Amino acid sequence: MKLLLTFSRKGKADPGREPVIARVVKETGVLVNVEKANIDSMAGEVLIDIPDADADLVRRRLEEMGVAVRVMENAVALDEAECVDCGACISVCPQEVFSFDEEWRLRVRSERCVLCGKCIQACPHGALSQQG
Amino acid sequence: MEKSLDLINARIRDGTARVVTAEEMPGIVDELGEEGALEEVDVVTTGTFGAMCSSGAFFNFGHADPPIRMERVWLNDVEAYAGIAAVDAYLGATQEADAKDRLYGGAHVLEELVAGSTVELRATSRGTDCYPRRSIVTELLLEDMNQAVMVNPRNAYQRYNAAANTTDRTLHTYMGTLLPRCGNVSYSGAGTLSPLANDPGFRVIGSGIPIFLAGAQGMVVGEGTQHSAGGGFGTLMVTGDMKRMRQEFLRAAVMNGYGVTLYVGIGVPIPVLDTGIVRSTAVRDEDILTDIIDYGTPRRDRPSLAKVSYADLRSGSVEVGGETIRTSSLSSYRRARAVALELKDWIERGKMELALPTRLLDPTKRSKPMRETAVSPRVRDIMNRQVISITEDEEIRVAAKRLLKDETNHLPVLDGNGTLVGIITTYDVSKAVVTDGKLRQVKDIMTRKVIKTTPDEPVDVAARKLEQNNISALPVVDTTNRVVGILSAIDLGKLFGGRRRR
Ligand code: SF4
Ligand code: SF4
Repeated sequence: MKLLLTFSRKGKADPGREPVIARVVKETGVLVNVEKANIDSMAGEVLIDIPDADADLVRRRLEEMGVAVRVMENAVALDEAECVDCGACISVCPQEVFSFDEEWRLRVRSERCVLCGKCIQACPHGALSQQG
Repeated sequence: MEKSLDLINARIRDGTARVVTAEEMPGIVDELGEEGALEEVDVVTTGTFGAMCSSGAFFNFGHADPPIRMERVWLNDVEAYAGIAAVDAYLGATQEADAKDRLYGGAHVLEELVAGSTVELRATSRGTDCYPRRSIVTELLLEDMNQAVMVNPRNAYQRYNAAANTTDRTLHTYMGTLLPRCGNVSYSGAGTLSPLANDPGFRVIGSGIPIFLAGAQGMVVGEGTQHSAGGGFGTLMVTGDMKRMRQEFLRAAVMNGYGVTLYVGIGVPIPVLDTGIVRSTAVRDEDILTDIIDYGTPRRDRPSLAKVSYADLRSGSVEVGGETIRTSSLSSYRRARAVALELKDWIERGKMELALPTRLLDPTKRSKPMRETAVSPRVRDIMNRQVISITEDEEIRVAAKRLLKDETNHLPVLDGNGTLVGIITTYDVSKAVVTDGKLRQVKDIMTRKVIKTTPDEPVDVAARKLEQNNISALPVVDTTNRVVGILSAIDLGKLFGGRRRR
């Protein structure tokens, strides 16, 4: 399951100043896969992937440490009414989330998505958006 | 054996015509042979659904009271061309509205009208004795217009180049997003289903023949603008009644970083008159070749990286120079198929009869590039030939002195052989000074990846490089990477300043 973590780094005591992810891994023993991280001087946003069974535990612990956690179920969402099955999203996605089925209809395997945003910009029909 | 069009139309009328799509035809020819297929099949339907920028529609709005001779016209804030007559205008698909928050254009207005929404008409005029009114604002539905005639000056390409990008930044083009270092290949067109691929000699596709245009019955006007069939890039000019079109086959689109365009579904029925036509409609994706063009070259003549077939492109990846590159299309094969199937259904149900061209299109014609009377300025015309440079082993102190003495901000860095290996700026030098002095030589602080230009490069291309990389000077190098000049933003300023004054 993918969790999107956001935290502030403004104040000295903010969670963004602490090794929160490392601490959670150490405490819980759950292996965390960091798929994307944007961190600047004021705030941070990290996308992690963890086994479904441990999601609650990891989530609770992160929230206790002051991190905002959002579960990303369908990271990238397809609006079927807008999609014309052109395929412009297929080759730009680094994660091979998109493909065609035998009928040349677009198939989306959003569980592989790392929210890079490339496809959302590339879709000529505005059919893709980031969930949430 | 030959078949007459009258025979085919008679069969269409009594419901016995055998109609197949261009996708089915190759298999039929394999099975029955050319003569057998000619006997068996009467009509082959084609289809394509993709971005066709060169689209638009003529509108006649009817007269208001008091009447106005519209000089400027906007539909939902998108300007239409009104220099036609008092209440006529042509709205182009790529024309963009003056809206800051989102990209919206003529294509969106056309789609909204077809979908049954109202659009706001706004027009202004100087006022005349016969047309006294000076402005008007009103809401219109498609059904309120006297005419809404789609006229697309250049649609349905015979084939189109595939696109890749060898530069190291992402390009946003009308061929979609092209990832750096040939990260992907983008293509357009329905291959075996494409109308013109099934009649490459323009034997039965020409002026006056009926077609499927965005869900309505339309027709071919004649050759499209830039028709260049002699080089494999023939095009069609087409027209149809917008009031009968369907949103499913007419969709506005935005190519990120490029602009607005319109996706249009077009299908052309091909009467199977003789074995020549059987052969051309038996075309497969494998037989339709195109070049992968490097859109990283910002010039008219762009290099081809490889020749590939539509079968290669549609397989999902191609090999270029030993590397596998993922491919994807901009046009929809699924909708192209829907076009061909609907057209097949129309003909089977006797809703459309076929016609032969009233005027043939020239299959040998080639389009010419623009004649340019004023040669566009090149970098060599404005570059500074007095280049102050430095070698990589010099001390930073020497570089600083040189920058100061010559009042320049950029020093190209040369190696022992005099070729360009880096660049340093006053900023790099100041940065080196505030660090603890560990950095001593030019090579420790220089930027090694130099953005550069050549004497032949058009000034506009060089100017875009400066802008995109947020830098203020470009070393000018010859073919052996020796510095022959430097082009700064100041030189450019002089040029453009001079142009304006004239
Ligand atoms: S956001 Fe990035 S990773 Fe996710 S589907 Fe789009 S292109 Fe692929
Ligand atoms: S680019 Fe957009 S319209 Fe085209 S297939 Fe992907 S989601 Fe659909």
